[in-house]
Amino acid sequence: MTKKVIALVLVVMMAFSLALMTGCSAGTSGSKVKVGFVFIGPVKDGGWTEAHANGMNYLKEQLKVETMHREMVPEGPESKKAIKELINAGCNVIFTTSFGYMDPTLEMAKENPNVKFYHCSGFKTADNMSNYFGRMHEPRYLSGIVAGLKTKSNKIGYVAAYEIPEVISGINAFTLGVQSVNPNAVVKVRWSHTWIDSAKEKDAAVALLDDGCDVISQHNDSTSPQIAAQERGAFALGYNLDSRNAAPKAYMTAPIWNWGPYYVNEVKSIMEGKFKASAYHGGIKEGILDLAPLTDVAPAEAKAKVEEVRKKMVEGSFEVFKGPLQDQTGTVKVPEGKFLTYEEIFGTDMNWFVKGVEGKIEAQK
Amino acid sequence: MDFAAFMAYAALFLTAAVKAGTPLLFATLGESITERSGNLNLGVEGMMLMGAVAGFQVGLSTGNPLAAIIAALLAGALGAGIFAFLTVTLRANQVVSGLSLTIFGSGIAGFIGQKLGGQVVPATVKSWFVQIKLPLLGDIPYIGPIFFKHDILVYTGYLAAIGLGIYLFHTRKGLNLRSIGENPGAADAAGLNVTLYKYAHILVGGALCGLGGAYLSLVHVPAWQENITAGRGWIAVALVIFTTWNPYKAVLGAYVFGGLDILGLYLQKFDIKVSQYLLDMLPYVVTILVLVATSIKKSKENKPPKALGEPYFREDR
Repeated sequence: MTKKVIALVLVVMMAFSLALMTGCSAGTSGSKVKVGFVFIGPVKDGGWTEAHANGMNYLKEQLKVETMHREMVPEGPESKKAIKELINAGCNVIFTTSFGYMDPTLEMAKENPNVKFYHCSGFKTADNMSNYFGRMHEPRYLSGIVAGLKTKSNKIGYVAAYEIPEVISGINAFTLGVQSVNPNAVVKVRWSHTWIDSAKEKDAAVALLDDGCDVISQHNDSTSPQIAAQERGAFALGYNLDSRNAAPKAYMTAPIWNWGPYYVNEVKSIMEGKFKASAYHGGIKEGILDLAPLTDVAPAEAKAKVEEVRKKMVEGSFEVFKGPLQDQTGTVKVPEGKFLTYEEIFGTDMNWFVKGVEGKIEAQK
Repeated sequence: MDFAAFMAYAALFLTAAVKAGTPLLFATLGESITERSGNLNLGVEGMMLMGAVAGFQVGLSTGNPLAAIIAALLAGALGAGIFAFLTVTLRANQVVSGLSLTIFGSGIAGFIGQKLGGQVVPATVKSWFVQIKLPLLGDIPYIGPIFFKHDILVYTGYLAAIGLGIYLFHTRKGLNLRSIGENPGAADAAGLNVTLYKYAHILVGGALCGLGGAYLSLVHVPAWQENITAGRGWIAVALVIFTTWNPYKAVLGAYVFGGLDILGLYLQKFDIKVSQYLLDMLPYVVTILVLVATSIKKSKENKPPKALGEPYFREDR
């Protein structure tokens, strides 16, 4: 009997050790605004979540507000629990930072009219819920310029997570950037079907290198594709954050997020009582994202070329998806004189690849 | 693509398959000998993660590859030790204990790994795990580059499989172990120390699982990532059944499953009308098919150890 009790207690202890993982941090109090964040990955993931966490820390420093977070929160209904916990702990502003949190965030917004909600990368709003995201295709295009100038084999690899508009538009923007400087280069896509399995992402990069690619780009959250490139003496582009330490001999640059200034602006407007639900889609101009500084590995001529296009983007005189654009079969998708709007770029009609991409999108609606 | 180019591409695929299969091989070998002792340890994923994080942390802070490997082995054995204490000494339910070990292992790895995210294995450790072409064997056309141009742990995997095969099927101790898995009461009556055998093999099995995890964090990736095993421990549990608790077959099975894992990535080069989502399912479908096939065939050799999953009470004998 005693043995059974000990066994039970040990088993329960082991199960509860999981609770160790859901960390939480609190800053200094003093202001009546308390900001909660819901993250999909661990804070130190070296990618997407870390970029948001950096924004959170920037917010804490700049406005001296109290912040809290829940990390590794699964998408879907489970995320409601994390949001509830944050509200119970006194948070009155909540940022949820993954696409799959959209509907749970909306539900919680309706249940808690006094809390302000912000959802990242979705498209729904409510009276007390904004959504926000960035025009990632802009730095993607710029990173394509760097890759197009670097490649010798004219084959560039792209490790991609899932066939969703955000990823597809990134591949298209990247390819347009590549072809603006190197019309002969092709972009080969490998779907990893994971956001965060570094071994699988590396295998995907190796498959691309085995297929003759000498530059690897990625829309995945780990740095292993860059490490794969370095091991083969090839070159790489990161994503989310400046990741030069992971593979210093391969890393050239990365399209990066910079959420801090946006978080500060929004929370400041709440403190001043000026909140208004909105859909925010900042770009390089607004500083929410950018291309990381080029390293010495990047081709020498890339810097001037990138700067030239970047300047136009800041001025607002550059459209990435500007007609005429053809898809892989040669059908004109965007006619001369037209360009795609933000909604079209991140909408469900973004289910085609531009000419120059080698890969296919499985039928899905 | 002409024939020669296709064969070259296929060889590159198979080389990658061996690499992708190596963590599976260690875990499968570990779980095979654990189950041969009659204990079903479903904590493979947890032990792999414990090994992965321990190996990575020690490799990072000491820069010593040998210390990193030893740490990974010990961490896996530590996880298995908890399981052994629960199931052998306290006779707790093996399935529940194993599942708890998985949760425990990923929790502890996540906790220790909090500060390791994005860190990279130091060069001194990496230098141990570079590709080494074996003399003579590596020169065999086609086969050589696929199997004999790898890092030291891939070769360790070959040796571990052969060694365990000989141990299980050609030594007295191996016979004893198998008899304990089949009928611990009879083995006990024959004078074998059942508890000692169970402990020893559960611990060694856990150490191998830990090594499998460390292969991912130290050699394959090699950078830290939360939940780096991403379900490979469960594939290994399936592989044990697929390879019928046989270390020799485990080599083949692990590389086949490693290959299936990355097959989709290599097939995407070609314009074929097979859904990648279907390819992602293949390892699991194959396991189910093998389960069905072995239960229909009723051959004695391919059966699980008879006392698998049952706690042994001497008093019940």
